[in-house]
Amino acid sequence: MSPRTLKDTHGEVTRFGVRALTGFALIVLALAVLGGRFWFLQVMRHDEFSTRSLANSVHLRHLPPPRGLIYDRNGVLLADNVPAFRLDVVPEKIKHMDTMLARLSAVVPLSGDDIARFKQSLKQHRPFESVPLKFHLGEDEIDRFAVDAWKFPGVDVAPYLTRNYPFGPEFAHVIGYVARIDDKDAAHLDADRYAGTTHIGKTGIEKYYEDRLHGTPGYELVEVNADQRPQRVLERVAPKPGQNLYLSIDARIQKAAIDAFAGRPGAAVAIDPRNGEVLAMVTVPSFDPNLFVNGISQADYSTLLHDPDKPLLNRALRGGYPPGSTVKPFMGLAGLELGFRKPTDTVLSTGTFYIPGSSRGYRDDQRYGAGTVNLIQAITQSVNTYFYSLALSMGIDKMDAYLSKFGFGAETGIDLPAEGNGVLPSPEWKRKTWNQPWYAGETVIAGIGQGYWVVTPMQLAHAVAMLADAGVPHTPHLLRATRDGRDGPVVAMADPPEAPSAIKNPADFEAVRQGMIGVVNDPRGTAYVTGTGKGFPYVIAGKTGTAERFSRKGDEYITTKDKAFLAARHRAWFICFTPAESPRIAVAVVLEAGAWGGTDAAPIARKILDAWLAEQPASERPATLTASAASLDDAKAEAAQ
Amino acid sequence: MNATIASLRTRALRFGQRLMHRPRIDLPLAIALLILACVGLITLYSASDLDAGVIGGQAARFLLGAILMIVISRIPPTLLRTWTPWFYAISTLLLLVVAALGEGRGANRWLDLHVVRFQPSEFLKLSMPMMIAWYLHPRQLPPGWKDIFVVGVLVAIPSWLIAHQPDLGTALLVAASGIFVLFLSGIAWWRVGLMLGALAGVAPVAWHFLHDYQRQRVLTFLHPENDPLGNGWHIIQSMIAVGSGGVFGKGWHHGTQSRLEFLPEHTTDFIFAVYSEEFGLIGVLLLLALYAFIVGRCLWIAANARDTYSRLLAGAIGMSFFVYVMVNGGMITGLLPVVGVPLPMISYGGTSAVTLLCGFGVLMSIHAHRKFVG
Repeated sequence: MSPRTLKDTHGEVTRFGVRALTGFALIVLALAVLGGRFWFLQVMRHDEFSTRSLANSVHLRHLPPPRGLIYDRNGVLLADNVPAFRLDVVPEKIKHMDTMLARLSAVVPLSGDDIARFKQSLKQHRPFESVPLKFHLGEDEIDRFAVDAWKFPGVDVAPYLTRNYPFGPEFAHVIGYVARIDDKDAAHLDADRYAGTTHIGKTGIEKYYEDRLHGTPGYELVEVNADQRPQRVLERVAPKPGQNLYLSIDARIQKAAIDAFAGRPGAAVAIDPRNGEVLAMVTVPSFDPNLFVNGISQADYSTLLHDPDKPLLNRALRGGYPPGSTVKPFMGLAGLELGFRKPTDTVLSTGTFYIPGSSRGYRDDQRYGAGTVNLIQAITQSVNTYFYSLALSMGIDKMDAYLSKFGFGAETGIDLPAEGNGVLPSPEWKRKTWNQPWYAGETVIAGIGQGYWVVTPMQLAHAVAMLADAGVPHTPHLLRATRDGRDGPVVAMADPPEAPSAIKNPADFEAVRQGMIGVVNDPRGTAYVTGTGKGFPYVIAGKTGTAERFSRKGDEYITTKDKAFLAARHRAWFICFTPAESPRIAVAVVLEAGAWGGTDAAPIARKILDAWLAEQPASERPATLTASAASLDDAKAEAAQ
Repeated sequence: MNATIASLRTRALRFGQRLMHRPRIDLPLAIALLILACVGLITLYSASDLDAGVIGGQAARFLLGAILMIVISRIPPTLLRTWTPWFYAISTLLLLVVAALGEGRGANRWLDLHVVRFQPSEFLKLSMPMMIAWYLHPRQLPPGWKDIFVVGVLVAIPSWLIAHQPDLGTALLVAASGIFVLFLSGIAWWRVGLMLGALAGVAPVAWHFLHDYQRQRVLTFLHPENDPLGNGWHIIQSMIAVGSGGVFGKGWHHGTQSRLEFLPEHTTDFIFAVYSEEFGLIGVLLLLALYAFIVGRCLWIAANARDTYSRLLAGAIGMSFFVYVMVNGGMITGLLPVVGVPLPMISYGGTSAVTLLCGFGVLMSIHAHRKFVG
């Protein structure tokens, strides 16, 4: 050992003891600081971190309810939900949205519309909620994306249910369609009820019964990991599907009606006069509502919009046409009910009618007149002079007051949105609309459904149905029954409240009915020649109407038989109900370009009636044609009186 | 022949008896370590999401560490002291080897001997304080500038090598373990003050020598919220784990932060956050108390050691142990920057647990050969 190792061992031990104690004191102090830090985090900031921990790991996933299905009266599925795939994007996982979209569109084509809609809905979602980018992916698109999916974190292919209308155009104007929720919808929607829902009813039944069809959303509390992958479901409240709707429409009658038009623009509505159930509601041409569900392309939309036949126009509900002679039964009824005429009162039809003291002539359809006619013959032969004179006797105000009872000039109140209300011409209406006074001549032409008159096919069908049920109004409606889920009970909708009949004296109605039976069954009837009632087991009561599309210039008669020429000038109407004695169906048909109501519109109505007949249970059908032939003879006998 | 066998048998028997009846291990320290090991396994079982394989591996390491601890505790400190320079030289040499041909994930830390794969820097955690204690043992204490300089060089060489792997955390721990020896040797406070002042002056220069990712860590530590999805993610998620634990914790295996993988490295460097989330403030305070007890016991053993070498070494090992706890705890609570330092006896894997138990073996040996035992 060298001298250097002569150490102050005692001093060293003491110094070490002091240092060890100092060190330990510092260590305890440091541990206290660390403990204090834990206290700060775990006690002072516990609430904050608890919230963040929860937000980290628990995601609320909305479960949109499956939309209610729509059936016709016989259970034929008209609106279905079918599985499809869409692209979903979780915005918070995308660093540069535009770059991502640009790269993605190289894999899955994205239209400008897709991107615009997506960016719009980005604003309505929180960053961790997935936002649909493109709906209804094609199989090839899914395949291509699957290959490159790894390049697009935060973009996923997600299954969803999309609306499908198996009949395509046939019900487009009845059921309407759903489409993606847009800004305007979002503004008035209950955000909670529509959380996770992407589509909403835009038109038709889909819109009117949105509330019933939508259902109640459910949710899932899902525990997710750091990659947002669901680990397990903590809590699940299943969505309640929307109600299934059963419409009063009969798909087969609808189909027959559409076929009867053979593509010619027009509309038809068939109503059960006993309760107001709409059996068919047809607009020709129509469009494929499936195009709209997942966003219609600009090109498709442009085509529909610029089609001269206007397939997007819901003619049955909103199409406005002068009713022409179809108002005559109602006019005649008004004359009887208000006491201006008795059924036996006659008018001499010479071919032209003059307002006393005026030289302006108002013509009959028959060049030299129909001779002396009573109300029944005036309806049967559609004699204008009878109604000119009647209108003049009644005056426009009384005429309006009575006709408005049949719903003219007002919405029928059918369960569809955006119904047209037509025009029941009146001095008041004219003043409001044109700020012009009313002339007596306008009263005269209003008497034959010309002039300012506008009716919708729905309105006219409703009026006919009301007439058929002896004046008792039944608000037309499409919803017949509902059902909660597949196994729930079918709950029939209550019929609209019963209202008193608009007809005071049943004999008045009887006279009008006889006139209308004559239209179809009397050889002089305007619809007789085309055989509208031929071979039909029930007696059909009807009325033709041939409304002019333009005001006539000059006084000369048009004698041409060129149907194309006439069709360009005329709108052809036919209204009817059957069986005449206890009506079960009332129909209004308008053909936009028809030469005559009797020759062009009546055959369409007959085809609708044929389809309706085929739907009747055998027990309700007459066993043989003999019975009907008998009733036909009776009708003829009555008509002849 | 028979006599030899008989004699061997008696000697073996006597060795066994000595081991059983006069264990050279310090019972309070051993019990504290056992409790710690159990806490570690329980926490790890949860953090690994009930992975029995992980627990098996960790238990095997503990077993290996315990055996090494008992073996080392049989070696007298005087013998350890004699081997010290070799041990230091060899471990430093291994660092050079690693630097030359080591492998690792972006950082050259591992040495693969096919049979075992280890980080030579772990050895330095033990050989460093041993070397400094060995150097100071024969010197006049407290040391003067010359000895301080020599110690400085001895500390700097391996620390610099480790920092270059790059493994700043371990480098700092290794350097700290050497400096603790110096501190315990009674170095004058004014010298301590002077050196700290010099260090503060050098720090901006050192900043230039840091790797980008190391600088980033320091910056992230200062402003974690600036980069919530990048480097700050670790700190934020760790603090969420700790904070959401509250006073009583979420319960064992109910920590969502780790189970759902929001918490990175939740079986290794960030396991303390898992523990804090599941056992709450109460669990944390109990664990810190256990650590404090172990450190205190180490210092007590050091105070009763027989010679300078043993005293300085035991004290430095105890204080280094504390540094691991402090650095890890500081990291997971956002007090200190993110440096890859495991929580002693709780973090999974590596050579850490084995090295630690070897260190405690040295302490046991020092305890067994304390002053009044002779």
